[in-house]
This record gives sequence, structure tokens and C-alpha cells, in this order.
Amino acid sequence: MIHSLFLINSSGDIFLEKHWKSVVSRSVCDYFFEAQERATEAENVPPVIPTPHHYLLSVYRHKIFFVAVIQTEVPPLFVIEFLHRVVDTFQDYFGVCSEPVIKDNVVVVYEVLEEMLDNGFPLATESNILKELIKPPTILRTVVNTITGSTNVGDQLPTGQLSVVPWRRTGVKYTNNEAYFDVIEEIDAIIDKSGSTITAEIQGVIDSCVKLTGMPDLTLSFMNPRLLDDVSFHPCVRFKRWESERILSFIPPDGNFRLLSYHVSAQNLVAIPVYVKHNISFRDSSSLGRFEITVGPKQTMGKTIEGVTVTSQMPKGVLNMSLTPSQGTHTFDPVTKMLSWDVGKINPQKLPSLKGTMSLQAGASKPDENPTINLQFKIQQLAISGLKVNRLDMYGEKYKPFKGIKYMTKAGKFQVRT
Amino acid sequence: MTDSKYFTTTKKGEIFELKAELNSDKKEKKKEAVKKVIASMTVGKDVSALFPDVVNCMQTDNLELKKLVYLYLMNYAKSQPDMAIMAVNTFVKDCEDPNPLIRALAVRTMGCIRVDKITEYLCEPLRKCLKDEDPYVRKTAAVCVAKLHDINAQLVEDQGFLDTLKDLISDSNPMVVANAVAALSEIAESHPSSNLLDLNPQSINKLLTALNECTEWGQIFILDCLANYTPKDDREAQSICERVTPRLSHANSAVVLSAVKVLMKFMEMLSKDLDYYGTLLKKLAPPLVTLLSAEPELQYVALRNINLIVQKRPEILKHEMKVFFVKYNDPIYVKLEKLDIMIRLASQANIAQVLAELKEYATEVDVDFVRKAVRAIGRCAIKVEQSAERCVSTLLDLIQTKVNYVVQEAIVVIKDIFRKYPNKYESVIATLCENLDSLDEPEARAAMIWIVGEYAERIDNADELLESFLEGFHDESTQVQLQLLTAIVKLFLKKPTETQELVQQVLSLATQDSDNPDLRDRGYIYWRLLSTDPVAAKEVVLAEKPLISEETDLIEPTLLDELICYIGTLASVYHKPPSAFVEGGRGVVHKSLPPRTASSESAESPETAPTGAPPGEQPDVIPAQGDLLGDLLNLDLGPPVSGPPLATSSVQMGAVDLLGGGLDSLIGGTNFVAPPTAAVPANLGAPIGSGLSDLFDLTSGVGTLSGSYVAPKAVWLPAMKAKGLEISGTFTRQVGSISMDLQLTNKALQVMTDFAIQFNRNSFGLAPAAPLQVHAPLSPNQTVEISLPLSTVGSVMKMEPLNNLQVAVKNNIDVFYFSTLYPLHILFVEDGKMDRQMFLATWKDIPNENEAQFQIRDCPLNAGEDSEPPTPAPRLYPGPCTDWGLPRPCDPTEAASSKLQSSNIFTVAKRNVEGQDMLYQSLKLTNGIWVLAELRIQPGNPSCTLSLKCRAPEVSQHVYQAYETILKN
Repeated sequence: MIHSLFLINSSGDIFLEKHWKSVVSRSVCDYFFEAQERATEAENVPPVIPTPHHYLLSVYRHKIFFVAVIQTEVPPLFVIEFLHRVVDTFQDYFGVCSEPVIKDNVVVVYEVLEEMLDNGFPLATESNILKELIKPPTILRTVVNTITGSTNVGDQLPTGQLSVVPWRRTGVKYTNNEAYFDVIEEIDAIIDKSGSTITAEIQGVIDSCVKLTGMPDLTLSFMNPRLLDDVSFHPCVRFKRWESERILSFIPPDGNFRLLSYHVSAQNLVAIPVYVKHNISFRDSSSLGRFEITVGPKQTMGKTIEGVTVTSQMPKGVLNMSLTPSQGTHTFDPVTKMLSWDVGKINPQKLPSLKGTMSLQAGASKPDENPTINLQFKIQQLAISGLKVNRLDMYGEKYKPFKGIKYMTKAGKFQVRT
Repeated sequence: MTDSKYFTTTKKGEIFELKAELNSDKKEKKKEAVKKVIASMTVGKDVSALFPDVVNCMQTDNLELKKLVYLYLMNYAKSQPDMAIMAVNTFVKDCEDPNPLIRALAVRTMGCIRVDKITEYLCEPLRKCLKDEDPYVRKTAAVCVAKLHDINAQLVEDQGFLDTLKDLISDSNPMVVANAVAALSEIAESHPSSNLLDLNPQSINKLLTALNECTEWGQIFILDCLANYTPKDDREAQSICERVTPRLSHANSAVVLSAVKVLMKFMEMLSKDLDYYGTLLKKLAPPLVTLLSAEPELQYVALRNINLIVQKRPEILKHEMKVFFVKYNDPIYVKLEKLDIMIRLASQANIAQVLAELKEYATEVDVDFVRKAVRAIGRCAIKVEQSAERCVSTLLDLIQTKVNYVVQEAIVVIKDIFRKYPNKYESVIATLCENLDSLDEPEARAAMIWIVGEYAERIDNADELLESFLEGFHDESTQVQLQLLTAIVKLFLKKPTETQELVQQVLSLATQDSDNPDLRDRGYIYWRLLSTDPVAAKEVVLAEKPLISEETDLIEPTLLDELICYIGTLASVYHKPPSAFVEGGRGVVHKSLPPRTASSESAESPETAPTGAPPGEQPDVIPAQGDLLGDLLNLDLGPPVSGPPLATSSVQMGAVDLLGGGLDSLIGGTNFVAPPTAAVPANLGAPIGSGLSDLFDLTSGVGTLSGSYVAPKAVWLPAMKAKGLEISGTFTRQVGSISMDLQLTNKALQVMTDFAIQFNRNSFGLAPAAPLQVHAPLSPNQTVEISLPLSTVGSVMKMEPLNNLQVAVKNNIDVFYFSTLYPLHILFVEDGKMDRQMFLATWKDIPNENEAQFQIRDCPLNAGEDSEPPTPAPRLYPGPCTDWGLPRPCDPTEAASSKLQSSNIFTVAKRNVEGQDMLYQSLKLTNGIWVLAELRIQPGNPSCTLSLKCRAPEVSQHVYQAYETILKN
């Protein structure tokens, strides 16, 4: 199982180590540093690194490498999933997960890590339960603790730990009972030069914020559940009901949680809400290149596209660009060759465009590769797959909760080849 | 108010300051001090000096303080074992606390204190906690058993904790069940034969029930455990599959992949006619696709597994090609994996799309990726015949880009396409020739030269082209030199009139000016062929080549089946069985897919015949020996594109076979294990071209016999298993020191450096006494001999068989693992002679059941006196002092005795009873074990009887083997 964890910052300092079995010397990280050097970029460090006696599994999040050390045959996904859970927990506890914050809360971090694993076996990884065991630091609590001498370690066995609904604590009370569901869809797509779709798929999630008194039992049904190709549920969802009736039936955890994530793949014709018209040309002879892109809406079901940003990694041969946007602001970094254009909203009557010239390295031949355009955007009030919640009902409790459902579509990895 | 305040230091010295604070009366101050200590610990500072002071704070009712002290204890107890005992009382008391949280905490922490003395005190509290009324305590205790087992396995078995743990599998609480399974699995991993997880339909049922209710991590443990079970028939398999399928919808990807493993394994048992089989196939695709939208690290592991799954059951993902399309900002490790899977899924139906993508990738920035993309196009051409034409034209387009590495890569793959589809695409040769000058990588140059030689009759200026290469012959890499030699010979055979000069030039360059034995040998062979019988030469050199196989990179079916059983594990990431790399070599059990068995009448149906992998469907990956020899002089390509190492080894084999007839079994690159009795072909000494006689010196190892008997070198690690590094070796013992004589051969194309060696723990603590010294980088085709001194002070672990040694060798390319058996007599020490009295007393003292008797048959020493000496040991290993040809001592008993003595087996006494000679002998192993022997020799009878007595009877078998080897040599 998981032996040790090392947290390493981007400059290669090990700033925290935690061992769940015997102590593994931090020199084991040298193998990691070697791999890091070879990979040149942090994102390219291979997630599994063998060393003569151990295996190092790492994830890179928030500019920190979380490196787990294992010695025996352990499912690597198990370790990586656990590392993600560590990152999530830190974020949950401290708001952000960064080196200074972890250093500032090092004792809490240590206590939390100790609760998460025992001898390398996961113990308590649900943030609800962890928060009962180790209370997250707040300014108020620190003050109170200093005055009263009480601690931020709970001395009661968390109620959820052993019940049939381990994700929910008992005795929850609210004066305003509310349940909000956000249906968020991300489009991953690759569009080719001519504008036709090579692949497109939708990753959707339903993130929920449920603040309900007692032990509510909820059901949520969709107008068109058959859209969903593959679903993964929060453990609270009763799988049998879904199998037989395509209804989500569950006792929700308290607070924020991800109820469902789903996948709609290419077969079900994914609508592409934007298009990019581009004309990027390098000429062999001249040291100037032409650059022009226009962004416009496509199947948006009448909704506005907002928060549009366009980024593109230009070829090395491009020295500088002189461009004029019709709206928004743009920057070009001559060192990293990264072009980024913050477009904002798309007005269908007046399409935003970015035009101008590129100055190329004199004498060099024209670049081999064409830049790929990366697109970010948001569409409020729309789930692009067409998924719609039909109704939400509550059983088990008497009061009437306030219910809300929001839809949003975002670009995931949305790439346009030129 | 943050924890960073704990890092501030004062002038007086931190430790001093902390000590004072820890001993303060104020609770609050104490706690703050402990926090400071913990903070220092997290960043790796050594605060162990504060041990007594921190332990003093343990007796407290403040839970946070207690937890902090426990954290400290776990880290430092090992360095202060005596002090750690101080904590025991508090633990024992805490195990009785009314609060289950504290009970669990105490038992959990105690298990983490890895101090032997403490473990004894742990047993009673642990026993109580395993039966605690609170499931939270029970589940913590279950894990504690695994911890304790890691520290002291014997204690756990003696105390019966394993049985209690097995009982917990039937616990009412699913979390307890999950933890018990996890603990048992971990224990079982270190004791593969213990059969701890004895699964039967009842326990399976319990596990399946717990599966639905326990945490995600528990589900992983249970699923991994289920995967080890073999259902009795297809009905049971189906019912388990049905209950596991819902796990595919779990948010935790590790749960999903573990479920996939169970399903993939049990599916093997289901008949393909079943409706359920089809349903299951359909259900497997979406979760696998979803895994690919996760974070890149998860994607990577998923992709490595999908790579196995598409090889085993391509039908699952055949419609999902698009999800493997590469996004430009994927990490490189994801890109390369996706590309690999794309090719595996490529078929006639989707080839157009795939090609368009590959062409797109070939214009990306990342050089490695671009190269692989170009190769992929070539592989598509070979895999999907209908697409070959399109692939070739795509490759030609890419060559037009003139991007150097793209062009080179394209030429390499086009060569393969020519071999797969001869006489079809040769029209493109002209285009290829235009790029001759830009090629600077050996592989591309070699490919181009091959093409020119192969199609010499269609290229008007072939002689000019080849001649231009010849100018810098000595600066070329071996690969190119070999190709050039062959190409010019081909050219000569095709256009003999105008190229005579050229061929003579290349032959003399290869045979006279080159130090490379491969090149020289090949040169000589051609020379002889051409000078003796040009017609035969033509037949051989221009023989029709076998077509290259479609899929050269498939995993071998048996290995694939094994790997399928390891889906989701490290083995699946590395595509190697765990036995090849798992640290500790804890004898890994080989897993295999269950055979397809039917419960009832369907047994007769041919569909359900019990076959793991349908024979005949999978193309052969490793060409059979015969193919290699058939490929004889088609040296330039070797076997179907299976990589250069194999190709060179086939060169050796082929070459030798040509001259010696049958010698290949002795010199070939395959596993031959020092056969002392192997016959030497009589024609070895026969006159062979003078320049060739040294051929054999190069391939034979040099053995020395001045110390104890040394077995000839055997190949331990064939080149094809180690990316071109071939290791052969043997063990020697000379004047009290043991060494491992290694011969490292670089059969790859790149230089090897940074060698290091490491042994796994073994029965006699053998360990390298010095680092592996390879002074200069090992260039391709070079061989070095190294003698590595060994000591017997390494850590000891009993191996099976006893004399098994697992070795890891590292170089700049990778780490390789192999295992070998060492002869026991290298462990016989020089002072192994017991005095007579002592011998007698010890012989009587050792119980009779420890006595083992063996027959040594056909012992050469004892054969009839006037008979010819038996086949002399192979003279492949010319050593200064074999007894071959020397006058033999006439008394066979004396001979045996002296022979054994040189290997440190000492004759204590000698008797003659009823015409039989009895030798009483003693020997001592490096670890102090004495072995007493009685060797009975009957003159005239070629076999002798050996009785061995030893307090550790398991060594007897190996001592007998040592006797046999020594006496027979």
C-alpha cells in the first residue's frame, strides 16, 4: 500500500514528507528529479516512475508535485485517485492548495494525512467525515481555541463512519432548507482546418449543494435520460433504481458534492456552438505572414456565448505579431510564442475578429507546423447535450425545500486546427 | 495565526528551547511545543533528541495532544526502541478506553511502532480489539494484523490472528470485511503459498454483498480479491459478473478498472453464444471511454490497460477510435500511448480517418511524437492491406516536406512496406533517392542502402549511389556497414560486369580493415560464397524473403493472458508479469485466465472448447528457430522487424551454421545451460578458412579451473529480453573468494553506459562486494568480461529453489531482471574439514531422518580402467588445466577425493568395506552449516552412492547436485 508521500514544489524542494509505514529516505526523490529533468516540462513528467526498490507515482496540481512512494504491487489508479483526494481535501480545508498555505497549516495537514491513511490503507477520505475528526482552521476557531484551550481535533467518533449512509452525518439542521443542482457540460472537440468536426464529446457533471434538515430522501428525474452514454455516480445514488427506472434516488451528503458525472460521446451528434474562421499564412520568401481569425456562433439555441478567449501557440519562427482586434484585448509573448486574445461576448451582428501581420525570422524557411487554436467559452442557461431535469422530489421529511437548477455549457479541450 | 510560527527559531538553539517548553507545566504551552516538534519533523529535521520529553506528554486526556505525540512516536520509535517501551503502558490503557475512537487510535498507533519489543505487548490488546463491539475498532484492528505481520510474521501465525482475520470476512459490517480482505491480501502477497484467501462460493457471496456497501477503497480491495477466484462453471461466473457490473458506474476510476479486470477475466469462461456475453461486451466500452476524459495521470494508466484490452478483445472498443485522437496539449506520455492504441484499432473501416489524423500529427512540434506518428503510418500500411497505397502516398507527401527527421523516419517505414508488398510500390524509389544526402541517422541510411541493394536492377545509378556511401565506410555505424556490404554483394550478383571492382573493395574493407567480428565474418562468408560457387551465392543472397508479419509488436498471447489478470496493477502499466519486476521477489504466483468451462450440455459445442486463447488467430510474434536459419543470408533484415538485437543474434547463428554444421546450438544466442555432456562436433577442428578460425574464440567464454569447478558460462539474460544487452556468466570460487564472472555483450545499436548490479535477498546472503565496474561505455557489438567479487554478508531470505538468485542489472537504457541458479559448491569454505572424532560424533548426532541418499550415475572417474575416457568435456572452453589428455590417476577413489577437495569437499576418512570404497567427507557452507557425506564407490561400477547428513536437510539436494557436477567434470 502507500508508503510515503512527498510534496515537492516546482523548484524541486521537498517541503513536506509523510510516512505511513517505515520512513523512506527522501533520497528516493532523486529518481523523480531525474525524470523531471528529462521531461523538461512539469506536465510531461511520467506519472509512474520505477526505482530499484520503490515505485513513485505522482500527480501535478497547483504547481505542486504530490509524489507517493509504494513498494509492493498496488493498483496505480488507486494511488493516483488517492492523491487527487488529498489535493481536494487540502482545497476543501484551506480554500486554496498552495505551498505557502500548506506550510502555514502544516500541523493540520499532518493530522489530516494521518487520518486519511492507516498503514497505507485509506481510512477516512470523505471530507465530511474528516472535518468532524479534524476541524478546518478558521480565524474564529483559532481565537476560541486559544481562549478556551479546546482543540481542533474532534473527540467523538464521526457519526457517518459506520452508518449505512457514511457520507451523511446525523442531526443536520438548517433554518432555510435548500437544494441546488448545477448541470455543467464541457465540450471536448477537435475541429479540422475546413471547419468539420473530427471528434466531439461532452463531459457533464451535476454538482449539488444540498442544505437540508434531517435525513431527506431525494429523487431526481430527467426528461431524456437515454442521452447519457456512461455515468458515474456518487456512492449515495441507488444504482438499482437507475438501472430499472432511469431515476436518481439518493440520500444526499450534507453540503457540496458531485452527484453524477456523465459522458455523451460522438455518436449522439454533439452540437458545436462556435466556429472559427482563420487565415494564417506564412510565405517562404517574405518575412511577413498574414494572420486573421474570426469567431462566430453556431448551434447555440439562441443563447449568448460569453467569456470567449482564444489562445494559440505560434511556431518558433514567429518573432512578433502586430494585430488589431475588433473587440477585447490581446497579448503575444515573444518568448513563449503564446498568443492570447480575450474576446468577451460574441455579438452575432458584429463578429469579433483579430487581424494583422506576423513578423517572421528573416531567411528561415516557413514553419513546418501550423498553430492550433484553443478556445474557451461559456454559455449560460444551456446544457448543450439537451439534457433536462424533469423534477425533483423529496421524501422522508415534512418541510418544503427550496429547489434550484442551473445549466451551463463550457469549452473543455476545444481545439481548432489551422 | 498560522502554523508557520512553529518554524521560527531562537538564538539559544531550537532543541534546547523546545525541551524546556515540553517540560512546562502549562498544558497549552506543552501542546504548542509538540506542534513545533511535529512541524520540524514534517520538513525532515531530526528532532529525535526530544524523544523522552515528548513521550512524557503522552499521558493526557487532551485528544489532540495525544494524537500529536502518537505521530511523533511513529516516526522515531524505531531509533529509540528502549524509550519506546515507556509508551506501552499508555497504549494498553487506551485500548480499554470507553471511547471507541481512542481504542482504535491506540491499537492503530501501536501497530505503527515498528519495534520488536513492543509487539509482544501488542498481542493482548489487539486480540481484544479484533473482537471489539464497535466495528470502527474492529476494522482498525484488522489492518493492525497486517502491520504486525510485516514486523513479525511468526508471532502473528502463532497467536492465531490469521484465523481471526479470516473470520472477519464474515463480519456484519462491510467496512470491516473490506479491511479484513485488504489485510489478508497484503499478507498473502508476502506468502504466496499460504492460501490465506481461500475463496469458496459462500465467502464470495459475502464479499459480493459487502461490495455494494463499503467505501470506494474497500470496493477496490474486494474486487481485486474476487479477481483471484476461479468460478466453478460459467453460471457462477455469470452471476458474479452480474453483481460486479454496477461498479463500472463508480466515480472512482480505480474501482472501475478493478471491476473491468474481474469482468475481463470471468468473461473468458462465458460462452460467446450467450446473450449475456454480448451485453457485457457492450457495457465495458463506455466506462473505458470515460476514463479517458479524466486527469492525464489517470488517462495514462487507463491507456496502458486499454492497450492490453484491445489486444485481447478488440471488439470492445472497435467503434471508439475517435476518443484516442490526440489533443495537441496532451502530455507526451498520453500522446504516445494513444497513438499506439490507434494503430491497434485501425481497420479497413476507419483507416481513412486514422491516416488523416496521423498526417496531422506528423506536422506537430514534438519530435518524438512526430517520429512515432510517421512510423504509425507505416504500421497501418502493413496492417491494413487496402490502405497501403494511401499510406505510401501520405508518406511521399511527408517526404516532400523535407523536414529532416520526418524524411528519415518515412524511409525506414517504406522499407518495411516494400517487404510486405513486394513489387508494388517500387515506383517511389526515385523520390526516395533524391533524399539520399539528407539522411544522417544510421537506421535511415541502412534502410535506404537496403532499398538500393534490393532494387539495384531498377536503379540505373545504383553503383554510384552505393559507391558514394563507401567512401566513409569506416565512419559508418555497424548497422550501415553491414547493410552496405550486403547491398553491394546483391548489386554485384545482379550486375556482375560493371561492379566487380566495387565488390572487391567492400569485401576487403570488411574483412581486412575492420575490427568488427560480425562484419568480418559476413565479409568472409560472402567472399567464400562468391569465389566458390557464384550460382549458389545468388540463390542464397537473392533468395526470396519471407513476408514480414502483420503485427510485430503484439504481446505474446500467453503473456497477454497473464497480464489481463493483472489489469489495473503496475504489471499492466509495464506490460510485464509481476515476477519480472516486483521488489522482494516474494515468489509471485503466476495467474492465468480461467479456461472456458460449461456447466452442462453445452460442453460438446466446439465453441466452448476450453482454450485460453484461440490457437491460430494470433500471429507468431517470436519467429521460430527454423525461420531464423531459413533466413540465413538475408542478414540485412533479420526476422520480421522485430528490432535490431534479434537481428544480430541471428547473424551469428546463421553464420556459424554455414560453416560448422550444427554448431549453432552451442554458440547461438538462446538459452543454453552449460551442458557438460554435450558432444563436440567432430568437424570443429577441421580446416576452416584461416581467417575464420578465430571466430570461435570470440564466442566462447574462458573458464578457469584452478579453483573449484567452474561451470561454463550460460546465457542468463538473452538480448531480446533486455533491449539488446546480453548477459552470460558463471560463478567461481578461488582461494576463498567467490566471484561472478560476467560477460556483457551489447547487441543493441546504441552505446551502453552506467552499469550497475544488484541482487535480491537470497538464501545465503550473496551480495556484490564491489560495484559493477565497466570502465568504458560499451559500444554496439562489443563484449566485456567482468569478474564481480561477491560477499555472503547480504541480507538473507529463503528462496525457492534454495540456490535461486535474482539479479537486477541497470544501464542507461533500462533496468533488467533475471534470475539464475548458482551451484552450491561456490559456498563451500576452505576450512570445511572436520576432524575424525568430531565427524563421528556429529554423524551420530544428526537424526536419521535428516539423511538423504542419492545415486550419481555414469560418474566418469569410475568407469572401467581400460575404457576410453568418456567424451571429453566440450573444448569450447579452453582452460589451462582440464584433465583431458593428461594421464589419469589410476585409483578412482583417489581421483574423486582429490577432485572434490579442489572444490572444498574434504575427505575425513576412507574405508574399504566389502570391496567398496567408502569416503567420509565434510564440507561447510559460508553460513556455517556443516554437511557430512558418505560416498560409496565400487570399482568398475560407473555409479556411486552418496549419503548426506545435515542439520538443514533442505540443502542436501543442492549439495548432491554440486557433487554430481564436480565429479562429472
